[in-house]
Amino acid sequence: MLEWLARLLGSGDHSKDSKDMAKERLRLVLVQDRALLSPGLLEKLKEDIVEVLSKYMEIDEQSLEVNLDSSDESVALVANIPVKSVKRRI
Amino acid sequence: MGKAIVITSGKGGVGKTTAAANIGTGLAQIGKKVCLVDADIGLRNLDVVMGLENRIVYDLIDVVEGYCRVRQAMIKDKRFDTLYLLPAAQTREKDAVNPDQMGKLITELKQDFDYVIIDCPAGIEQGFKNATSGADMAIVVTTPEVSAVRDADRIVGLLEAQELYDPYLVINRLRPDMVRKGDMMNTEDMIDILAIRLLGVVPDDESIIVSTNRGEPAVLDKRSQSGQAFRNIVRRLEGVEVPFMHLENNSMVQRFMRLIGIGGKS
Ligand SMILES: Nc1ncnc2c1ncn2[C@@H]1O[C@H](COP(=O)(O)OP(=O)(O)O)[C@@H](O)[C@H]1O
Ligand SMILES: [Mg+2]
Repeated sequence: MLEWLARLLGSGDHSKDSKDMAKERLRLVLVQDRALLSPGLLEKLKEDIVEVLSKYMEIDEQSLEVNLDSSDESVALVANIPVKSVKRRI
Repeated sequence: MGKAIVITSGKGGVGKTTAAANIGTGLAQIGKKVCLVDADIGLRNLDVVMGLENRIVYDLIDVVEGYCRVRQAMIKDKRFDTLYLLPAAQTREKDAVNPDQMGKLITELKQDFDYVIIDCPAGIEQGFKNATSGADMAIVVTTPEVSAVRDADRIVGLLEAQELYDPYLVINRLRPDMVRKGDMMNTEDMIDILAIRLLGVVPDDESIIVSTNRGEPAVLDKRSQSGQAFRNIVRRLEGVEVPFMHLENNSMVQRFMRLIGIGGKS
């Protein structure tokens, strides 16, 4: 009853509201959608990663893998970057 | 030279045709010269929402294929003589016209009208490309639901690919009672997610159905709340700063006042 009143007055604990679930699910799905939207994007990202890392080490570009990985609550950029050799420190 | 605005969404049934009819009629109501273009080839609907279905002789495809001039296909509105409708073909396929032809047609219409309002079909295929190809700007319509917002987001990206940047958002069918209970995303939530500029919020409203039954857009009904929302949208398009309606966080007092007919800024 009290909860009902609180909701009616537009206050109270909203942490379990279905709209929060909607928003959270949308946030996650859109990260993926937006990345998928341009198939070239991941390729560009790979190239940029290689460029930056090449300053420090030699990368095996052919077997480089970059993916978006989503679990229930978060989205992560997962990269598997095989290193051929590391440069000597100057 | 007028401005061509495409009304689009990705998902079907969210209110594109309703918005096109109301925004177009609303603009005519304030004296603008408006041409509504039904780009939903094969699923023509704007004519019935406008109450003009009995006057159609030629359609958009007839124009494109050269069977008639564009003036012959345009139907004059019953209420405003600055308002016209170019109906879609009902018995043809979406690929009966291509983006190039649509672009030329819209450019031609822009010579004679202040606004060309294009009602886009659902989907992201040829129909979408046709409807967007002549447009100068876009209005994305969504409802406060996960699937509709997701599709809207995708459309924003596809619009960019068509060089239509910075679209407007119209949130349709908002239910203040559900928002208050926390069972519907509010305006802020959706702006937060989509990150595009808000043009207006239209409540879920019986008067939309009644007005569609009659073929009289709700924007003409002074007492209709959704009509008020569309009148505000029209003024915002004209560059007037209109405060957004407080549909969502109404106090009980405000709700009571609306109930008895005092106030009701939409
Ligand atoms: N604000 C609203 N309140 C109530 N019903 C609405 C509202 N907007 C649209 N509708 C109804 O929803 C249905 C789909 O609307 P429509 O404009 O045809 O969508 P679309 O063109 O995007 O497919 C129609 O029956 C229409 O009357
Ligand atoms: Mg429609």
